[in-house]
Amino acid sequence: MEYLLGIQGKDFVLVAADNVAASSIIQMKHDYDKMFKLSEKILMLCVGEAGDTVQFAEYIQKNVQLYKMRNGYELSPAAAANFTRKNLADYLRSRTPYHVNLLLAGYDDTDGPGLFYMDYLSSLAKAPFAAHGYGAFLTLSILDRYYKPDLTKDEAVGLLKKCVEELNRRFILNLHSFTVRLIDKEGIHDLEKITIGTKGPITA
Amino acid sequence: MALEDICSIKDISVYHKWFSSSSWEDTVSPLQMTDYRKCGLTGGGPLHFFIPTTHSVTVCRPFTLSHGTTTLGFIFQGGVIAAADTRASAGGLVACPHVHKITPIHSHLVVTSSGSGADCMLWERILTREIRLYQLRNKRRLSIRATAKLLSFMLHPFKGTDVCVALTLCGWDKEAGNTDCATTPQDSSFLTGHSASAAVCSQHDTTIGCSASPNNGPHLIYVCSDGARLEGDVISVGSGSPYAYGILDGGLNWNLSREEAISLAREAVFRATHRDAYSGNNVDLFHITAQGWKQREREDLRDEYYRDMERRAKAVERKIDTQLTVCGQKLG
Repeated sequence: MEYLLGIQGKDFVLVAADNVAASSIIQMKHDYDKMFKLSEKILMLCVGEAGDTVQFAEYIQKNVQLYKMRNGYELSPAAAANFTRKNLADYLRSRTPYHVNLLLAGYDDTDGPGLFYMDYLSSLAKAPFAAHGYGAFLTLSILDRYYKPDLTKDEAVGLLKKCVEELNRRFILNLHSFTVRLIDKEGIHDLEKITIGTKGPITA
Repeated sequence: MALEDICSIKDISVYHKWFSSSSWEDTVSPLQMTDYRKCGLTGGGPLHFFIPTTHSVTVCRPFTLSHGTTTLGFIFQGGVIAAADTRASAGGLVACPHVHKITPIHSHLVVTSSGSGADCMLWERILTREIRLYQLRNKRRLSIRATAKLLSFMLHPFKGTDVCVALTLCGWDKEAGNTDCATTPQDSSFLTGHSASAAVCSQHDTTIGCSASPNNGPHLIYVCSDGARLEGDVISVGSGSPYAYGILDGGLNWNLSREEAISLAREAVFRATHRDAYSGNNVDLFHITAQGWKQREREDLRDEYYRDMERRAKAVERKIDTQLTVCGQKLG
């Protein structure tokens, strides 16, 4: 139903998420943002069960900010990813496991860009590119085929557009718009939303 | 509920004999006077008390639970419209044909309910209580968005249990906007209503940074016992919601007049009640502006149905007439 994508380039990470907030068969929102800013250079993309996503993401977000307040410096993306995974793992075998799938993307001043894939069973993997959702079945092969470790920003956006086109052609659900953001040493940048068709009010 | 707490009636030894503890009661420690000092929270944290224990037993119901309803809300230039039907169903039975599904919380906030009737009624009361307590403690009203977040956090411990509550908060925030947060041009254009298409409309759920929307103005937020919390411009909830969306999506735009908006909301609820078996009877309509909420008189949809039938019959008559005259002209 929901789709997340992350592509790591030479010195940046490009992330995209669809904008649909659905409740059974109804799209309740067409412009929902699934990205949570953990710090100046770390973004977390979170999909999964309705309430769990926001609760868990905000919990991680506040804790990362608290770390900065207490210690005076920010958590690195790798540390934030491991912290997130630990929390997921702790809750996994409790009465209230969080059913969320995550992509954590960040830029570390020493280690460079990093993209971390996490799923609801609290597995963690650092990957050059990753996707979540049914759309991942359709797009991972495209990423395998065209990905290069030294992608430029434009090439990465081109690759993202290829994936979106494929979803538009073959995916049974209509994911008509995607939020796109880029993280590099300057921070988080909003790129132009990718939209397919319009979702405004129907004019007669 | 409130009087019970203040009188510390639960301390009486015979309390548990008189009132068998329901599973909900057990999970909430009574809000006695001493608790405020003990917990050490200056604001008073309602979350402190809402922790379900493991021994909450699922009660076996003698009737099937059904979430039949049509409620809707939308924002337009003249404020917020909230509309709902008035049927409470239990399986195939109309348990009550004149329920109030829209409840005012305070002068500038109403909440439409869907899901289990008892749960909604309870959680509306709890929400009203918490909002009022906040207002008394902090000398200012909680914003609509904060109200929604509070409700969502209060419902979170009950996720996975049988609590079924889907509320839409429709209200107007009156306090002066937060001066720390800069307004982006997108948002100000949205609030003043200059042709906002979905692509331009910024989403109020600011998960990126603090920036963006000022708090002022109309808000429409959906809160559900699953944990979902969505702010939007058009929200419809319930078994009749797909039908209502069909009418709303076609007729809604920012520049509707008050009468047009009311008529659209009525039409949407009417069409939904026509198709959905679990919605029906009457339609309640509330209009919320900066001055507060105003309730429209409850209207029986049966009359609307007969009017619609008449209109169709007249349209068919006219069509036959024109066809006859055309034939007449051809022959003549």
